[in-house]
Amino acid sequence: MLKKIILFIVLFNTLIFFSVNSAESGGMPQLNPEFWISQIFWLTISFGILYVILSKFILPKIRNNIELRKSQILDNVETAEKQKTESDKKLKEYEELILKSKSEAKNYFNEARKKIIEDLDAKSLVLDKELGEEIKKTENEVSELINKSPEKINKIAIEISSNIVKQLIGEEVNNSSISAIVDDLSKKNRFKYYGN
Amino acid sequence: MATNPMHQFEVYRIGPEIKINQIDISFTNASLFMIISCISILLVFNLGSSKKNIIPNKIQLLAELSYSFISKMISDTAGIKGKPYFNLIFSLFMFVLFCNMFGMLPYAFTVTSHIIVTFVLAAFIFIGVTILGFVKHGLGYLKLFVPSGVPLILLPLIVIIEVISYLSRPISLSVRLFANMMAGHTMMKVFGGFVISLGIVGGWLPLSFSVALTGLEILVAFLQAYVFAILTCIYLNDALNLHH
Repeated sequence: MLKKIILFIVLFNTLIFFSVNSAESGGMPQLNPEFWISQIFWLTISFGILYVILSKFILPKIRNNIELRKSQILDNVETAEKQKTESDKKLKEYEELILKSKSEAKNYFNEARKKIIEDLDAKSLVLDKELGEEIKKTENEVSELINKSPEKINKIAIEISSNIVKQLIGEEVNNSSISAIVDDLSKKNRFKYYGN
Repeated sequence: MATNPMHQFEVYRIGPEIKINQIDISFTNASLFMIISCISILLVFNLGSSKKNIIPNKIQLLAELSYSFISKMISDTAGIKGKPYFNLIFSLFMFVLFCNMFGMLPYAFTVTSHIIVTFVLAAFIFIGVTILGFVKHGLGYLKLFVPSGVPLILLPLIVIIEVISYLSRPISLSVRLFANMMAGHTMMKVFGGFVISLGIVGGWLPLSFSVALTGLEILVAFLQAYVFAILTCIYLNDALNLHH
């Protein structure tokens, strides 16, 4: 403000200089009271009309507009919040539903697995039993075969050896003596031939 | 003479001389620009308030922003009690602002560069605020001149200073606006004169200075309107909320 005042003083001096130089005017026109009354009159009228029209017609409208917008925005915000809580609730419900169905599916799966495992166990048990029986049966057969085989082999051996002896000496040999020798040998070497 | 920087402030009659009881109330260029300012204010704000859009267009935004600007200014300085005087302060601010801004147009007349106009406005505010103070507080309004917590010996001096400062309010208010407008416009005119007299060789420097001054003067035009309005609010605050 001080700067402005100093500037003003400087300018004022230049103005005085200018006005002294220009002979026609007498300084500042502002200080010439010729049109003061007229200016006051027209200022009063124009400002008065401006004030009346602004305060009666225009400013209330602007105020209404602003308030309308404010209330509308508040309403919108309120409804938006309501909808947000609603959607949150829905989302929660949805998530719960998903969780529930997931656990249900897991249960089903577990049950099915259990059932299958049980079934498998039972079937394998049955199978094992059958297999065991079969194995026993075959084992019996095998052992029977093994038990029976020395006699047959002896028989064959007796026949072969009697044949060989016949061929060698051209004479019938008593079967009983040959069988006695074969029995004796086979009894001696039984474990060597059959192993068990 | 066109080179006289004070020539732009001269008031001249437009149309016939109107006299009522020997008092000259002729229509002048000052009256013309007052009326142009008022009509533009009314046009702008009527356009800005006629449509009720939720999302405002540019002119509506302008009107509503200035409304909330003044409203905030009043509530900041004078509080809630200043609300009933909103219309008056809004009109004052807009009138001074538009007069200042129209003065920035070339060949236009600046209404607020005349001491009589600003003084009438300031005196109107001063008288109004004083009457309001006495109506609200009765004779207690005189306590405004007696600050609390002052030593008894200094009190007569302080009271005298307070009274003088109170009485000089309309003068300071009016001279501030008038001097700012006049000084700025005179300076622009002086530099404009330099441009012409220095010609194409040396005229560029004052021309650039003149361009810068135009920006500054637009700022000053707004600022002075703002200062005028905010000082009115402060005076109003003194009358409404007696602090001393």
